[in-house]
Amino acid sequence: MENFVQQIINGLTLGSIYGLIAIGYTMVFGIIGMVNFAHGDVFMVSTFIALILFLALTQLLGLPSIYLALFLVLVAAMVLTSLWSWAIERVAYRPLRGSFRLAPLISAIGMSIFLMNFVQVTQGPRNKPLPPMFNDVIQLSGLPGAANGITLAWKQILIMAVTAVLLCVFWFVVQKTALGRAQRAVEQDRRMAALLGVDVNRTVSLTFVIGAALAAVAGTLYLVQYGVVRFDDGFIPGVKAFTAAVLGGIGSIPGAVLGGLLIGLIEVLWSAYVSSDYKNVAAFSVLIVVLIFMPSGLLGRPEVEKV
Amino acid sequence: MSAAPLLSLDGVEARYGSIAALKGVDVRVDAGEIVALIGANGAGKSTLMMTIFGEPRASRGRIVFDGRDVTNMQAHEIARLGIAQSPEGRRIFPRMSVWENLRMGAALGDPSAFDQDCERMFAIFPRLKERLHQRGGTLSGGEQQMLAIARALMTRPRLLLLDEPSLGLAPLVVKLIFEVIRDLNRQHGLTVFLVEQNAYHALQLAHRGYVLVNGAVTMSGPGRDLLARPEIRAAYLEGGH
Repeated sequence: MENFVQQIINGLTLGSIYGLIAIGYTMVFGIIGMVNFAHGDVFMVSTFIALILFLALTQLLGLPSIYLALFLVLVAAMVLTSLWSWAIERVAYRPLRGSFRLAPLISAIGMSIFLMNFVQVTQGPRNKPLPPMFNDVIQLSGLPGAANGITLAWKQILIMAVTAVLLCVFWFVVQKTALGRAQRAVEQDRRMAALLGVDVNRTVSLTFVIGAALAAVAGTLYLVQYGVVRFDDGFIPGVKAFTAAVLGGIGSIPGAVLGGLLIGLIEVLWSAYVSSDYKNVAAFSVLIVVLIFMPSGLLGRPEVEKV
Repeated sequence: MSAAPLLSLDGVEARYGSIAALKGVDVRVDAGEIVALIGANGAGKSTLMMTIFGEPRASRGRIVFDGRDVTNMQAHEIARLGIAQSPEGRRIFPRMSVWENLRMGAALGDPSAFDQDCERMFAIFPRLKERLHQRGGTLSGGEQQMLAIARALMTRPRLLLLDEPSLGLAPLVVKLIFEVIRDLNRQHGLTVFLVEQNAYHALQLAHRGYVLVNGAVTMSGPGRDLLARPEIRAAYLEGGH
């Protein structure tokens, strides 16, 4: 029993990270109908930005509080990663808008390869560790049915809390602010939004920026949770997050989060109870099964609308 | 005609790929006027409306709004100069509520004026108030048309472009919408440029009219004069729809 609860917590932690990345995929797809294959690598870049900042703050500057350091790293990583993503959109995608449909996809794959190689060349090909920092745990004991208690790492609570808070903020922005409305308008009818004075290019840029900021949060939390990053760390989490977005219904933001949590849980539970060798197979099999019965994903909207 | 027109198109050509949709169109809309452009399906009416907003771009000719050459400006920049459009197909944001659609119309305006402007729209189209929290995509065609016009008006335009406001609507709704256009023009001096297949209603309403045939203007003049012309009667009124 305690093992099960422990695994659920681990799964939700991992799922939060996937969910944050998945939002970037789903928003970009929603607004310009493109799968941004470089998004996973943007996430990877953010883990390196976070690592470098952490080391600079704690080792070089000797900041005493690691939680203060974490806060600063989080903010700085969001800003810097957003700049990367903004530049990527400007250089690699915008010039191709209005071109044939596959052009931006191919450009995105190229950008993915570029980012991976850029980091490999500048940071080296090996694992880059963060010195152990977030080791505090809470032992929950005396729960009914739990003999040995459950180990809840502070960092896991942190990850879930940061994810939940950011999702609320983000949800508010998309649903209630002029920026969010403009974004949804561009998503639903780009031309009409322009006729009402919405600067479509600026709105698309902002979508990339927001997606990258959330990926940077995921990247920082990923570093905190696993403590090691590598130049190709964008690939598998990127594919998983994309899977999460499709599973939840691509274009749907709540769907992306739900999909992320599900993929995280499936992966962790499968590893714990069946075999860790086939955890990816399990996650992707669920995707296939869901898509057979619900082609637009769990929370995707069915394409019925009056015109 | 001493004053400069609010909108003028001089020799505007536009094409879709190799197909010429507009072949040198000259149109003038003065401030305070209602101008109608009539023509059959495929004559290029909607293309003309979209070309004013730069898509498709005029490949030749000049479009001037209020003394500014807008021929090569971006759509959102043109909108910000004070032109609003209720486009072909109405293009309501389907997954936004009526309120949000109106809010999009007011996206550039002063937020404090929003509630007041909304009340004005409800006075014109009470139906919209009843449907305020319903999603745009679930409205009936007539309601969508009302919303499209209201959304355009929320931008507080100096020039309102209406593309087929009567298309697919019940006669009573058509009557209502044409009355609204007339009132807005008479009471608020709103300049309106509308495109219609419904030539009879449009020319009755308009101060002046243009007839577009195969991408070129073939006739123009005061609305009632055009209505009296036998060739117009034959082509657009008696011959079918």
